[in-house]
Amino acid sequence: MESTLIHQEPKRCSTRTFFLWTLPWILILGWGGLSAFLCLWKGLNQTNMSNIFAFALWIVFDLGVIALGAGAFFTGFLTYIIGKKELKSIINAAVIIGFICYSGAMAMLGIDIGQPLRGWFIFWHANIHSMLVEVSFCITCYLSVLTIEFLPIILENKKLEEIRGLRLFGHNLHEAMAIFAATGTFLSFFHQGSLGGMFGVMHARPFAARGGFYIWPWTFFLFVLSAIAAGPCFTILCTKLTEKLTRKKLVPDDAIQSLAKISGWLLSIYMILKIADTLGWIYGILPKAGLRLMDCYKEGPYGIWMLITEIIICGIIPAIILMIPKARKKMPWLITASILNCIGILINRFVFIIVSLAIPVMPFDRFWSYVPTWQEWGVGLAIIAYGIIVFSVSYRYLPVFPKERELNMA
Amino acid sequence: MEKEHDHTRHRYGMVIDLDKCTGCGTCMVACAAENNVSVRPDESDKERSITWMQLYKITNGKEFPESEVCYFPRPCMQCEEDGNGGKHSPCVSVCVATATEIDHETGIVSQIYTRCIGCRYCQAACPYHARFFNWWDTYFPKGKGLERYLSPEVSVRMRGVVEKCTFCHHRYMRAKTKAYAEGRKTLEEGEYITACAEACPAQAITFGDLNNPDHAVSKLIKSPYAFRLLERLNTKPKVYYLSKRDWVRKKADNFLPGEFKPVFKVKG
Repeated sequence: MESTLIHQEPKRCSTRTFFLWTLPWILILGWGGLSAFLCLWKGLNQTNMSNIFAFALWIVFDLGVIALGAGAFFTGFLTYIIGKKELKSIINAAVIIGFICYSGAMAMLGIDIGQPLRGWFIFWHANIHSMLVEVSFCITCYLSVLTIEFLPIILENKKLEEIRGLRLFGHNLHEAMAIFAATGTFLSFFHQGSLGGMFGVMHARPFAARGGFYIWPWTFFLFVLSAIAAGPCFTILCTKLTEKLTRKKLVPDDAIQSLAKISGWLLSIYMILKIADTLGWIYGILPKAGLRLMDCYKEGPYGIWMLITEIIICGIIPAIILMIPKARKKMPWLITASILNCIGILINRFVFIIVSLAIPVMPFDRFWSYVPTWQEWGVGLAIIAYGIIVFSVSYRYLPVFPKERELNMA
Repeated sequence: MEKEHDHTRHRYGMVIDLDKCTGCGTCMVACAAENNVSVRPDESDKERSITWMQLYKITNGKEFPESEVCYFPRPCMQCEEDGNGGKHSPCVSVCVATATEIDHETGIVSQIYTRCIGCRYCQAACPYHARFFNWWDTYFPKGKGLERYLSPEVSVRMRGVVEKCTFCHHRYMRAKTKAYAEGRKTLEEGEYITACAEACPAQAITFGDLNNPDHAVSKLIKSPYAFRLLERLNTKPKVYYLSKRDWVRKKADNFLPGEFKPVFKVKG
């Protein structure tokens, strides 16, 4: 029965193997489901968040997956707007990863707010001054765009394709994809930016506050740039991991190399601007607030090593590797650079969320620490498990990689 | 000629004399009782307890016999600006659902509990830790008589929303209603004061209209010993402090080496 849903060529693993592969992820999803239920039923006291750590692990996961999911809109932009034809072999994977990241983030945000039933107040009572409103509007709209972009891929399923109406609908959606890619690019640009803006506008928190252009703090532009620099690398990593697990070549090297090259350029530009921003912060924002750089790193585990790791190890080094054609063509180097790039963006988001809140602003206040509870880990890890399941199911039943058959003919 | 006072636009503010404060905590108790602040069976988790008025204990860091202690009451600062010139407090400008607003008639930063979605962005934006999230359902111990002390003028808050000091806004409404009944449009000084100011046994807290030059607060803030908490962040708090001790004033803000200027030879 299940085999009727799968294309005969190229081959997929047996139902039993597939079930065993998804089983641990289903268990993690169950753990997340229980955690989410407890948080909704008993309240956010199930977490270790506090009045100090108003944002915590979930927001780190949210901002992390949204940044890594930027590969979707950016690859869409490169494929349909710029016209990089070679990326058509990876765009489906990028869209699915984007969909997973954004839908996961939305689900997590639904649990993270104290009054989930009032979530719609964001739209009804929108405060136009709040960056979070911009984030909410754009993420919601963009998730709809991603769903529309995902739909034609779903409709290419062997069984669904047999239904004429659906096949035609899917085909017509394909034709209109450039419009959705452009809409997605516009929406993503603004919400990636406003996620950064959220922290930059906390003017009374010198650790996070930044100057900027008009209403947008510099973090607005830095978050956009860092997301489009790291997003393609995450798409590469997911593709390479799928290739490793399925023991098949799925995407031609030119597509991977094209993404890696663009990522390298963007990461380099980002690094230059990030260093300029950091210097502006050290010599402008901090002294104005009566602080020195080391005042921000004198207590707790979040030392200056985080800044060094983010900028040098996970920023400059991967940028150099990705910029050198010889280096990025060697798989171990490409993978190392991509991993470092993704870790760098995660550190960046972690620092803006957790370290900003951990550092006291009042001189007589103390440094606070925070350790997530199993419920918080449950919900966070469930997003990863959910992503792996959706991607695995998509790979099994949908033609995610259009060049797969051609690349595995031998 | 002095500019005439506008009776329709107030800037209610507070001056806390730290040299008078004994750290007795009456202000905290009065505030919690007045505003129906929920309690926990175990209040030891201070990161999640709700204390609109919070008392910090600060020391000069010296060894005995030079050691000195000061108690630092911290209500909501009722900021006027967001630190970047915006005419909202840091929390108001970020609130996603317009659940907190600055009332330009009184200068009081409000919190609309039934509109708050509990995203806690305001808490992240406030450097004073003056905002509190309801991590649990509202709870008042049964059989202890506490429920009989609940004020009918202040709504209790539900789980999952943020709350904060409102300068006892219901007292302002009560005073206005009384004045209206008596055919007056303006309030006399002292007609509207907060519960903490009323309860303080050392009379360390003075409350009034900072826009009214005749009010005591307007005179007190002109003192060279007056200062505000984290003043250089430009959030323009309406809570002022007084202390003749240099080390106390220094502890109220961050200073680079050599930046802090002690007050010398003040007459009178």
